[in-house]
Amino acid sequence: GPYQPHEPGYGLYQPGYSPYDDQIPDPKSQMLAIQNAKAYLLKSSTTSGLNLYDHLANMLTKILDEQPTNAVDIIENISKDVKWAQFQKKMDTLRDEYEILPTFEAAEKHKALFLKANGEGDEELEEEIGETPLPNVMETAFYFEQAGIGLSKDEYYHIFLALKKLISVQPIQTCRFWGKILGLEMNYIIAEVQYHDGEEEEETEEEEVTEEGGKGVGEVEDEEEENEKEDAPPKSTYKPPPVIPKEENGTGANKYVYFVCNEPGKPWVKLPPVTPAQIVCARKIKKFFTGRLDAPVVSFPPFPGNEANYLRAQIARISAGTQISPIGFYQFAEEEGDEEEEVEGGRDTYEENPDFQPLSVAEMVDSLSTWVHHVQSILKQGRCVWLNPFQKSEEEEENEEEEKAEEPDELQQELQQEIGPPLLTPLSEDEGIQNIPAWTAQPSTNLIPQYAVAILQSNRWPGAYAFASGKKFDNIYFGWGHKYSPENHAPALPPPAQGEYPSGPETTETRDPTLEEELAFKAAREE
Amino acid sequence: MEASSLPAALELVAGGGAGLSPEKRAVLGSSLLLLQRDYRFERVWFWGCIQGVRGAYYIAEGLGPDRAAPRSRLYSLNCVEWSLLPPVTEEMVAQAEQLKGRFQGDPSFEYEYTEINAEDAERLFEDGKEPMMKEEARLVATIEEIDRAVGIIPRGAFVKTPLGSVRENRNFEGLSLTEAKKLSSYFHFTEPVNLKNKTLLEKADLDPSTDFLDSLEHDIPQGSWTVQLEKGGTVVVLRSLLWLGLTFYHVPMTKQYGYVYFGTGEKNLDLPFML
Repeated sequence: GPYQPHEPGYGLYQPGYSPYDDQIPDPKSQMLAIQNAKAYLLKSSTTSGLNLYDHLANMLTKILDEQPTNAVDIIENISKDVKWAQFQKKMDTLRDEYEILPTFEAAEKHKALFLKANGEGDEELEEEIGETPLPNVMETAFYFEQAGIGLSKDEYYHIFLALKKLISVQPIQTCRFWGKILGLEMNYIIAEVQYHDGEEEEETEEEEVTEEGGKGVGEVEDEEEENEKEDAPPKSTYKPPPVIPKEENGTGANKYVYFVCNEPGKPWVKLPPVTPAQIVCARKIKKFFTGRLDAPVVSFPPFPGNEANYLRAQIARISAGTQISPIGFYQFAEEEGDEEEEVEGGRDTYEENPDFQPLSVAEMVDSLSTWVHHVQSILKQGRCVWLNPFQKSEEEEENEEEEKAEEPDELQQELQQEIGPPLLTPLSEDEGIQNIPAWTAQPSTNLIPQYAVAILQSNRWPGAYAFASGKKFDNIYFGWGHKYSPENHAPALPPPAQGEYPSGPETTETRDPTLEEELAFKAAREE
Repeated sequence: MEASSLPAALELVAGGGAGLSPEKRAVLGSSLLLLQRDYRFERVWFWGCIQGVRGAYYIAEGLGPDRAAPRSRLYSLNCVEWSLLPPVTEEMVAQAEQLKGRFQGDPSFEYEYTEINAEDAERLFEDGKEPMMKEEARLVATIEEIDRAVGIIPRGAFVKTPLGSVRENRNFEGLSLTEAKKLSSYFHFTEPVNLKNKTLLEKADLDPSTDFLDSLEHDIPQGSWTVQLEKGGTVVVLRSLLWLGLTFYHVPMTKQYGYVYFGTGEKNLDLPFML
């Protein structure tokens, strides 16, 4: 019998009985009982065709193989799993193939990013060692990570390679990873780019149906109607407000060109230049981006364009409000400029200062006057440089003699020239919202101040960040693309219903005369 | 998100641009463990970070044996020293809803009610309470609101035992890819509101051990969740549009899931205009 403590049955030995005795002492009836029990267990179920004996055997095998902790608590689930596993095998191969397909495709695209880099020849490698417009995305990522801002390293690296691909395809002079804007169905990754001088592609004229029609169309109609003066309905005296022309590519709000893609690996799409009307309208609406550039923007006031235009307008607003650099990094170029140039809207070009002395991190964090905006702010008009829209209209009307006798002198108000803060204004001039300052400055770490990085977060555009460390600085945006407002968004109300006519002594609505009044009138006339 | 899976989880929610610096990650690894030891929590969740104007609050939640019981909440300004927050009351939540604007970053800051009606002010004065609210109380109320409104878990991750307590389902192996893209596979991890309103026919299909919570399908307004596949389709990320900054991640066919909040702690009341 068992002698050692580890052998089963140890300690059970009672004199006269063997440890292998069963409850039922009589061997024959014991065997019969066992056989009956086993026969019962082997009975197949009428509904499923399984039998309990096999099921218990499978279950116990599984338990002994896997040895889960507290098996008794999950025994029912194990039983269910074993039964379920019986049905899996038939459908296995079919289902797996179909399901994982989208993941495989995405992985292929990401792999393609890496492959093409290696596929280039040696000649091109040598060229790249020189000045390359490719920004060091990983370095920027490192600095922002010190503040807890940024994407995962994988995603950054994919974006890095995607930017490299963009540069190899387009004639780009400078390139920067602007940031990421989240959307409902997909997100946008945005690159800010400047073309080489003179290499910019000519853009096709986009005829946007929603833009208010120019005067040309109105003139043709007027001529036709003047010939039919008798039966013509009254002409509308509505003159749409003049369309403010967009700024030239390379200046003002269109200084940079933006490329977006939904995911690194997908092709980059160029965003169209932004028009002042779009910026003015974007200020009034607040909509989430869906992730598809051709999605319509349904809003009031109606946005002149689709999601690509709305995205471009928001990017322009965010850049104008939050692109900052340490003071002294950029300086105005030494021009032999006359005073005239300054009157027109201030300097709009800057260059890097070769004698830049970086301030310490503590100084950068303590006071906001150590940072400046290096992107022109956008005026109320929607442009960076103010343009009087009526100057042009005067020239046009000199040529047209026949047309309108009445010149809209009343409309030629003295439109106040809008002046915004000049370029390179320090942040201390930024207005806060209610009692919140416009920017929050913090060092990245309080524990190791020698290597801390100065981090600024914008409170007006949540998601806009900037860092500075020694001679390096950068801006980035991660967010939904909306401005912060402590008040709830109050959409513009539709304009009141237009009056039909001015009510005066000649045109006043009165009630129809009643029958008695008419008869009385008739009778009076006959007299 | 579980404190033990913090580093991996932060990588998965980084798509929104918000995360933690290496310093904070390093210190959280140890300080959350110490929290578990000191307060005898069974589970510690890193809830997230509420960004104030002058500083940020880092929030952790501790759970006891019943995962659905009210959770203890702790906050810290530097992830090293944690302070227990008072338990939340309905009154706090009601008061906090009236406050607007950012958190200041200073827990003893007191808000004054500027937008209160004259009637309410009189009533409050009569009660002897002053119409002021401490930022700490607002913090608790905001965390409770966020958890109630948008704290979510995948279907099947938790089971209700016959005794009524809720525990993790050890047989939960993750949602499949097709299931993970549907809003009906996620539940609000809070007292169910809509469950009783379901028709008898729907109730018959429910499994009382796993389907004891409200799903996201009938959230108002519709479309207040974005479901995206990130990292090449390997992670399902849900972002709430009602509380901007709440991100939920789940890797299909694995047990990894969790949610975290990185934001300013303000409700997005403009949501209906923005959709």
